[in-house]
Amino acid sequence: MTAIQETLAPVAIDHADHHHEHPSWLAHHFDDAEQQYDSGKLGMWLFLVTEVLFFSGMFCAYALYRNRNPEVFEFCSSFLNEKLGAINTGVLLFSSLTMAWAVRAAQLRQHQLLVGMLGATLGCAAIFLGVKAVEYSHKMEIGLLPGKLYVAQLDGVHGPHKGYLEFICTIPAICTALCAAYAIYAFATKSLFHQRVAGPMLVAGLCFFGGVGLGQYLEAQEEASKGHGGHGGHQEHHAMVEGHVEHGSHEHAAASESAHTAENKTASEMAANASIAMGGSPDVYIAPNELRTPNADVNQRSMAGLFFSIYYCMTGVHAIHIIGGMIVITWLIVKAARQEFHEQYFGPVDNVGLYWHLVDFIWIYLFPLLYLIT
Amino acid sequence: MSVLDRPIATPGYSEADSYPSHHFLNHSKGFLSWALTLDHKRIGLMYLVGVMASFALGGTFALMIRIHLWNFKDGWLSNQTYNQVFTLHGAIMVFLFIIPSIPAALGNFLLPVMLGTKDVAFPRLNLGSFYLWVTGLILFLTALSVTGLDTGWTFYTPYSIETQQGGAVLAATFGVFVLGFSSIFTGLNFIVTINTMRPPGMSWFRMPLFLWALYATSIIQVLATPVLGITVLLLSAERLLGIGIFDPKLNGDPVTFQHFFWFYSHPAVYIMILPAMGIISELMSVHCHKGIFGYRMIAYSSIAIALFGFLVWGHHMFTSGMADVTTIVFSALTFTVSIPSAIKVFNWLGTMYQGTVSLNTPMLYALAFIFLFTIGGLTGLPLGALSTDMHFHDTYFVVAHFHYVMMGGTLVAFLGGVFHWWPKMTGRMFNDKLGIASAIIVFVGFNLTFLPQFVLGSRGMPRRYATYLPEFQPLHQLSTIGSITLGSGLLLALIVLLMSLVNGKKAPRNPWGGATLEWMCSSPPPHDNFSSAPTVGDPYDFSTIEYDARVGGYVKRT
Ligand code: HEM
Ligand SMILES: [Cu+2]
Repeated sequence: MTAIQETLAPVAIDHADHHHEHPSWLAHHFDDAEQQYDSGKLGMWLFLVTEVLFFSGMFCAYALYRNRNPEVFEFCSSFLNEKLGAINTGVLLFSSLTMAWAVRAAQLRQHQLLVGMLGATLGCAAIFLGVKAVEYSHKMEIGLLPGKLYVAQLDGVHGPHKGYLEFICTIPAICTALCAAYAIYAFATKSLFHQRVAGPMLVAGLCFFGGVGLGQYLEAQEEASKGHGGHGGHQEHHAMVEGHVEHGSHEHAAASESAHTAENKTASEMAANASIAMGGSPDVYIAPNELRTPNADVNQRSMAGLFFSIYYCMTGVHAIHIIGGMIVITWLIVKAARQEFHEQYFGPVDNVGLYWHLVDFIWIYLFPLLYLIT
Repeated sequence: MSVLDRPIATPGYSEADSYPSHHFLNHSKGFLSWALTLDHKRIGLMYLVGVMASFALGGTFALMIRIHLWNFKDGWLSNQTYNQVFTLHGAIMVFLFIIPSIPAALGNFLLPVMLGTKDVAFPRLNLGSFYLWVTGLILFLTALSVTGLDTGWTFYTPYSIETQQGGAVLAATFGVFVLGFSSIFTGLNFIVTINTMRPPGMSWFRMPLFLWALYATSIIQVLATPVLGITVLLLSAERLLGIGIFDPKLNGDPVTFQHFFWFYSHPAVYIMILPAMGIISELMSVHCHKGIFGYRMIAYSSIAIALFGFLVWGHHMFTSGMADVTTIVFSALTFTVSIPSAIKVFNWLGTMYQGTVSLNTPMLYALAFIFLFTIGGLTGLPLGALSTDMHFHDTYFVVAHFHYVMMGGTLVAFLGGVFHWWPKMTGRMFNDKLGIASAIIVFVGFNLTFLPQFVLGSRGMPRRYATYLPEFQPLHQLSTIGSITLGSGLLLALIVLLMSLVNGKKAPRNPWGGATLEWMCSSPPPHDNFSSAPTVGDPYDFSTIEYDARVGGYVKRT
């Protein structure tokens, strides 16, 4: 016990109204470190239970509507870019690894490593959100919005650029600028503590834009590939949108819009035919469409719109949890930079880690349920 | 000073101990010492004031409804206003008063003291819950003042999607969301405290039954409330963006909303009643000066209620459109859930049998509880039976049923608990005669208000209507007279409590002769509850507790 106290910088023992020694990291109403750790742990597990139940409402909604309109889910899922989803899955899995490593570092008093691992987790979270920002804005641009805001995919050709991505990025941009200012301050004052905090925060801010860049690159690739006989859900969307094999180009926008307004019921059939025509591999997506041709109702608010409601609600609430996680990880970085953790007191890292794994875990379910439907 | 005011020191109980000059109420001073306190006792008291104020607000709306219904038509409220008034009455009573009342106010104060710990496991989270509650209150007041909410407390879609009062629906649903998290965090805190912080000697089966009840309640709070959270969140998104999940126009399903809502709200009725049952278990044994009959059965039945309560939500939707088999299953499960409640009633009666009953204020409230709750529970059975519910659903019969359990049950138990622990919380004794008078007036007024409503309902008077057929008028007027009686009884109870603060006698440590730990510390308790770990004994062993005229209260024979 004394050894621990000597090595810790800010240990102040509160003698005021206690008979026994209470180190500063032990809350006054706990008897010992073990009781404090057990309480925190049980509290976090219970919180995770509530989180699971919170999401379960949406999973129920998903199950109900998918069961009722399976064709809607198949049709709409093809608008989601699996590549981006897969990358985000990987990023989150990796962040779970760094988080678990952080717990170990905290136990072993590897303070530098701890800050590094927490920083890496924060960075992964930021990449995830960056990619998500691209996905969201891309869908919003072409009217794939929830419920009554949904715009039927008749032409699908990008209308006037509405600037959703820029809009989404303003707050992260402001945050990153603030982090940069903080980092400059930290280096100017040569404060080691501030440097340890500001560094990971700035990196995370930049990671967000890295994620945006990556997302846009991949979206553009997807966009480009669709005219060249590449396959994948997105191409189907494109083909459906165009209705023929020509490259999608903006000049055709007005024409195809009027051409397809009346014919949207056959949109998917056309998609199928179009992709056969251009030699796409039929078994990937044509067969299901032939078996279950979406009826006229699919491509409208009450059908596809509902899918996107579920999509935005589930991924949106998940993204909010990522943001919440980033806030607590930042708090941990501050504590870690103060070198507060040691083998008797690493509960906060452990518990935030549990939370982070759960957020990761929920994504592991969301990804196949939303992106990988054929 | 009279003899009673100055006790002669008994072994182990110095005068300073009995009437402490330093306790949690004057431990620190100033507004911030309350607003930012981490002391569970102060947080409990702040909740107590808050929930009582909410109750007064909700009660005012209730009286408005009853006065409006004096005449069968042309009441003093417009139809639109009537809708808003009953909605706000229900929503305030359920979400702001009855759910936090016992756990957050009395539970917060008592749980650590009864358990023998210094505080709950997460004091900051506890304060956070309180401020979430305050935020919820503000949102509700916004919903009330900006535009009136008029969907009923259940927020059924499509009303809540189509009503003109969109802003109010948003404010109120967000309020419910926030209040839900307040409730979740309180429950979480209690579970962790009970699991990890029991002092040596306090085994599970030495815990006072009130703690068992709080534990069972907390389980429901943690498991059910998140579902309400996501439901109201989706409902807000429905209003804001029109996501359509609950909107039939967009191919959504309003019955899904009902399933989600009742998946929370049926267990929530047990969030309301379980702590009340816990209070009654304490009151019964203490005021009968006799060990509780069937301790383990009461403890297990709390947990059984908590678990079974999750399986019966469908009984609120028998007429909403469900498969026949589903309704039968829900009906059968509904019957099973009444068994643990009946076990408890049986055990309380068994406790009274051959006990030395002190007929004081808390005990009278407890007796009123048993009587009223039994009627409430029994009338739940015809509602849970399919054939009769087809007739009773959405009539005054349901209104009377849930008022018997919620008001006759929870509110009356809450009042009994407040009177019982008032000396402990404030250090003052109240006027017992006036307290007894309040209990009797409340009991009479309550039955006068709600018994006629069973009759009205079984004759077909639908609920939530601003007007009614002329032949219902006498019963409605009886009910209105009852409600005014009831209101005056409650007002009297409040006056009795407030008067005690002005001129009440100082309370001894143990005015009633309880054997649980809270009676072992001074009234009011010191800041840290126990300076050294208390010795834990059997919470219902009254054989060593004796009245000592010198201290004006009970002491433990050593
Ligand atoms: C003891 C066994 C109980 C049974 C069998 C039971 C049964 C029922 C049934 C079947 C209904 C639905 C009636 C309808 O809408 O047609 C109902 C409504 C209700 N019950 Fe109970 N109940 C019981 C106890 C309680 C308790 C303890 C509480 C609360 C403390 C409670 C509060 C309510 C409320 C608030 C409603 C109506 C909600 C609304 O529609 O606004 N019940 N009960
Ligand atoms: Cu129910």
